[in-house]
Amino acid sequence: MAPDPTPARTPVPAPAPAPAPAPAPAFEYAPAPESRAVVDIAPSYGLFIDGEFTEAADGKVFKTVSPATEEVLSEVAEAGDADVDRAVKAARRAFEKWAALPGAERAKYLFRIARVIQERSRELAVLETLDNGKPIRETRDADLPLVAAHFFYYAGWADKLDHAGYGANPRPLGVAGQVIPWNFPLLMLAWKIAPALATGNTVVLKPAETTPLSALFFADVCRQAGLPKGVVNIITGDGRAGAALTAHPDVDKVAFTGSTAVGKQIARTVAGTRKKLTLELGGKGANIVFDDAPIDQAVEGVVNGIFFNQGQVCCAGSRLLVQESIHDELLDSLKRRLATLRLGDPLDKNTDIGAINSAEQLARITALADRGEAEGAERWSPACELPSSGYWFAPTLFTNVTQAHSVARDEIFGPVLSVLTFRTPDEAVAKANNTPYGLSAGIWTEKGSRILAVANKLRAGVIWSNTFNKFDPTSPFGGYKESGFGREGGRHGLEAYLDV
Amino acid sequence: MSERLSVLKTYKLYVGGKFPRSESGRVYEVSDSKNNWLANAPLSSRKDARDAVVAARKAFGGWSGATAYNRGQVLYRVAEMLEGRRDQYVAEVAGAEGLSKPKAAAQVDAAIDRWVWYAGWTDKIAQVVGGGNPVAGPFFNLSTPEPTGVVAILAPQKSSFLGLVSVIAPVIATGNTAVVVASEKSPLPALSLGEVLATSDLPGGVVNILSGRTAEIAAPLAAHQDVNAIDLAGADETLAKELEIAAADNLKRVLRPQPVDNADWSATPGTDRMTAFLETKTVWHPTGALGASGSSY
Repeated sequence: MAPDPTPARTPVPAPAPAPAPAPAPAFEYAPAPESRAVVDIAPSYGLFIDGEFTEAADGKVFKTVSPATEEVLSEVAEAGDADVDRAVKAARRAFEKWAALPGAERAKYLFRIARVIQERSRELAVLETLDNGKPIRETRDADLPLVAAHFFYYAGWADKLDHAGYGANPRPLGVAGQVIPWNFPLLMLAWKIAPALATGNTVVLKPAETTPLSALFFADVCRQAGLPKGVVNIITGDGRAGAALTAHPDVDKVAFTGSTAVGKQIARTVAGTRKKLTLELGGKGANIVFDDAPIDQAVEGVVNGIFFNQGQVCCAGSRLLVQESIHDELLDSLKRRLATLRLGDPLDKNTDIGAINSAEQLARITALADRGEAEGAERWSPACELPSSGYWFAPTLFTNVTQAHSVARDEIFGPVLSVLTFRTPDEAVAKANNTPYGLSAGIWTEKGSRILAVANKLRAGVIWSNTFNKFDPTSPFGGYKESGFGREGGRHGLEAYLDV
Repeated sequence: MSERLSVLKTYKLYVGGKFPRSESGRVYEVSDSKNNWLANAPLSSRKDARDAVVAARKAFGGWSGATAYNRGQVLYRVAEMLEGRRDQYVAEVAGAEGLSKPKAAAQVDAAIDRWVWYAGWTDKIAQVVGGGNPVAGPFFNLSTPEPTGVVAILAPQKSSFLGLVSVIAPVIATGNTAVVVASEKSPLPALSLGEVLATSDLPGGVVNILSGRTAEIAAPLAAHQDVNAIDLAGADETLAKELEIAAADNLKRVLRPQPVDNADWSATPGTDRMTAFLETKTVWHPTGALGASGSSY
């Protein structure tokens, strides 16, 4: 995200006679794999409760696999109700002391965590790529730097809460039960744990069933940082453990990132209780490209919007709304660009598109794409060889899409882009807002007043104009409508963990 | 000379800027604290609730798009209109809540002042809860509060006027539109408020006021797919839980009942009732990188 270091002015050479453009040579990329040696995955992991790894009460375990190869990476404990209860009790015991700690001391723990993450970021990036399937380029350049930055940012808040705009001496809520998804496992952990600890809460966090490892490594980060036992507890398991955690009567705060359907269920679960709830759910973001947009930049933004992390992003720009007059030109450029994307080994530093996170998610993407085709939308993918093992889905475009098509309405959570057209800004806004979701949107135009007018009318929590999929710990993130409520990041993100 | 027979008022709903009866044709008896008959109030139906949501949705674009300055002037105008009809509200509040005239007058005065308080907030709340974010990259990044949309409000059951104003004003100050369910036992001050709102330059549909059985009207509002949020101030514990469950269906923002009827409505309200019905929108734009080539400013 740093500005291009444009070299200082150099004399412009006299134009040489232009040679006839030669056809680009078809260079092959040599493999450039990141080494796995930097990470040491144990054959099994327990639940991290009260500062120690322990087995599940009933001894149950499940396997976590690399989605790129289906190789079993490790076996982790499957938390049952008794384990959830034990974790909540540990967090409760730790709460009073943690909350009573001077903010400056809590801050230093969080700064330590941020630093340890920076030190171990290559290891954690490789681990995340192995367990999640996303390209190392993303874990190395996006996930891990943002994780460290998030802890660094909230560390600084811990002793400044009096000045955060929530009144003098705002109090923590108590025990936070946090359930996170598999698309950005460690980043979502950071979004949950950093503000919770900064404000003086203790946490029980459940990572997703298919990506438990980075959270378990984070437990070791907490150990290295000397975090008091019980302040962070990590329980692994499936949706049942998550449900038990959110329903636990001694949890004061529930934070969930995941699907809208599960989010609604959690909202019903906490109804009538004192529990404070924040939900960060699905989306069907519109990326709106006007006819005056710089086409090449827009194409890059559209590609980043839907193919970053294989489109497994809640704020993905999964609907391309393109002004009718430039539809053909934009689609041609887009297809040319997609043909250059490299799909394959996520550990290879040249890989753009990694593996889909699980067989289940692959089946869902496949079914939704097939349905789009059956409904009459026109499907296109670049020539693209898929590896023989693992879970893979080629980048896919749907054209001739109407608002009634399921590919324009349902969140696919995969590398599938639906292309619709519009003629006027009003039509673009109406179509962009025609969804029960409201998480993100993109606007591409060179006209400043149009950006502001359109951004003003879009019912979405994050608007990227002439850019897309940018994240920062200082920038509040969260949705309108059925994309959930509450904000994560920034000063706003403190509110979710304060009794205000 | 015989005493003049007074002209009684037919209390009606306030929906879309008009004063309809309940489409159901139903009314219910409203009496004062000593069980003397005061009026027949409309007993609103589910259909009335849905009509009110349609009116509130229709008004949302215009009201949320109005300038904050304009909204502030309208809210201030409400205070002006109330001041002129102060005696009427004192009588109604005294009747509704069984208060002495001075106590009722104190409630009405506080309610008028509350409109003034929120009138002043309309063009300040964005500066207090929004702002620029110093992201680590060449981007302009601004967070702004925006109204959530159509808000269903169950007005407090006991504080029939000050409580009512205290829940309506913060919702509309920021640009939301509202469907209000008046206190079940004491709806008359709320129904009369409609008459003031209608003459305060408040666009029709911004506030819609229904009277009747709270549970009966609240259920369809909590389940309504075009309602964005619900304030449960006037719901008891059992009803609040039911409504919160129904509200989950389209993830309405829910403001749970505070220990409400013991609430001290005369205290300075703070910003919580506004922020409960605000969304935060964050807009990014690249800043470019002037100066990267070595020039300095």
